[in-house]
Amino acid sequence: MRALIVDDSRAMRRIVGRILGDAGFEVLEAGDGQEALNVLEGLDGPPELACVDWNMPVMDGLTFITEVRKRPEWRSITLMMVTTESESDRIVRALAAGAHEYLIKPFTGEAMLEKLDLLGLLRTSTGV
Amino acid sequence: MTISPQAFTFVRELVRAESAIVLDTGKEYLVESRLVPLARAAGHPDVDAYVADLSKRRTPAALKLVVEALTTNETSWFRDSDPFTALRQTVFPALAKTRANRTLRIWAGACSSGQEPYSIVMTALDTPELAGWKVEVVATDLSEEMLTRSRKGEYSQLEVNRGLPATTLVRHFERAGLNWRINQSIRDRVEFRSLNLTRPFPPIGRFDVVFLRNVLIYFDLPTKRDVLKRVRQVMAPDGHLFLGAAEMTMGVDDAWERVPAGRSSVYRIREAVKMEGSTCVL
Repeated sequence: MRALIVDDSRAMRRIVGRILGDAGFEVLEAGDGQEALNVLEGLDGPPELACVDWNMPVMDGLTFITEVRKRPEWRSITLMMVTTESESDRIVRALAAGAHEYLIKPFTGEAMLEKLDLLGLLRTSTGV
Repeated sequence: MTISPQAFTFVRELVRAESAIVLDTGKEYLVESRLVPLARAAGHPDVDAYVADLSKRRTPAALKLVVEALTTNETSWFRDSDPFTALRQTVFPALAKTRANRTLRIWAGACSSGQEPYSIVMTALDTPELAGWKVEVVATDLSEEMLTRSRKGEYSQLEVNRGLPATTLVRHFERAGLNWRINQSIRDRVEFRSLNLTRPFPPIGRFDVVFLRNVLIYFDLPTKRDVLKRVRQVMAPDGHLFLGAAEMTMGVDDAWERVPAGRSSVYRIREAVKMEGSTCVL
C-alpha cells in the first residue's frame, strides 16, 4: 500500500512517514496541496491513503481535498486531515469537503495507527 | 534511581491485598513511574522515601492513593474496535429480539477513565434495532479518582485522538476550553459506581451484557475463577460476556463457552450450567 504525506513541515513528514512506513506503507511526500496534486498526476495509480495538513503555502489542505474529490479516478484515496486545527467547525468542514478522518496534532503513533484501523487500512485490526 | 527491593515488596503486598492485582518482579519501572507524582506531591525526594514514610504511617487515604495509582490503565475509545462491531452487528440485534420490555442493562467493570462505558452507549445509539430502547450502563471501578473523572466526561485532545472517529467526536462531544466534554445526553445514560471486583458484589441487578476486558489478566488464578463465578450470578442466562483478547475462561471457569461474534468472540453460560440453576436474580 502507498501513502502520500502532504505537509509543509519536513519534520512532520518524517514523523508521519516513519509511523506509516512501520505499518507497511510505501511513503510519498509533498510540501503543499499543489505539489501533492502534481505527485498524484505523475503516478500510475492512486495511493490508498493521503495524510493532509490544513495550513500550507500555495494550496492548503482543505482545497487539496476538495480538488481530489472532484476527480473520479482518485475516488479510492482515503483522505485523513492531520492538523493542529482543533475546533469542531473545522472538523465538520473537512469531513464535508470529503475527508474520511481527522487527526489532531499533537498525536501519538498509537493514535495514528488506531485511526488507520478505523479506516480499515491496517493489515490486522487488533493489536495496535 | 530505581525503586529499592524493600519498597517494591511493600507496594506489591499492599496492591495484592487491596486489589488482588499481582505485580511481578520486573514491574519495578511501573511502580516507580506511577508513584513519582505521588512522592513529589507529598514532598519526598524520591519514591523510596515516600514508600518508607507510607509504611511507617499507614494512613488509609495515602495507601488508597497508591493502590489507585497502580490499578488504573490507559484506555482508548472503542478499544480494539472488533468487540464494539460485534456488539452493534451481532449481540445487540440478538438481544433486541428477546427483550419484550425494550430495556437492556450493561455492566462495564474496571471502566478506568470512562471511555469504555461511553463507547458502549454510543454503539447502542448507532444500533438501529435499539432505536427507542432504554439502555442502562453501569460502570464500575476501584479508583475513586477515575470515577470522578469519568462522571465529568471531559477528555484531553490526546485522549479524543485515541480511536474516536471524527464523525463521532463532532456528533457527541463539545469543546470545553482545551478539552472535549461528552454530551450530557450520553453522560446521563451511565451510572458510575465504586466496586472492587475481588470482593462480594453489592446489589447491582442483572445484566444482559458484561464488559470485563483486560482486567482478569492482573489477577491470580483463584481470583479469576472467583470473579467469573460471581459474574455468572449477575448475568442474564442468555447474557454475553466480553473479555480482553488475551483473556479466556477455559481452564479458569468452564461454566462459560466461547462463541464467535463477528470478528470477535463472547462468552455465554453453558446450557448445562443454566439447568443447574447457578444463575440467580439479585
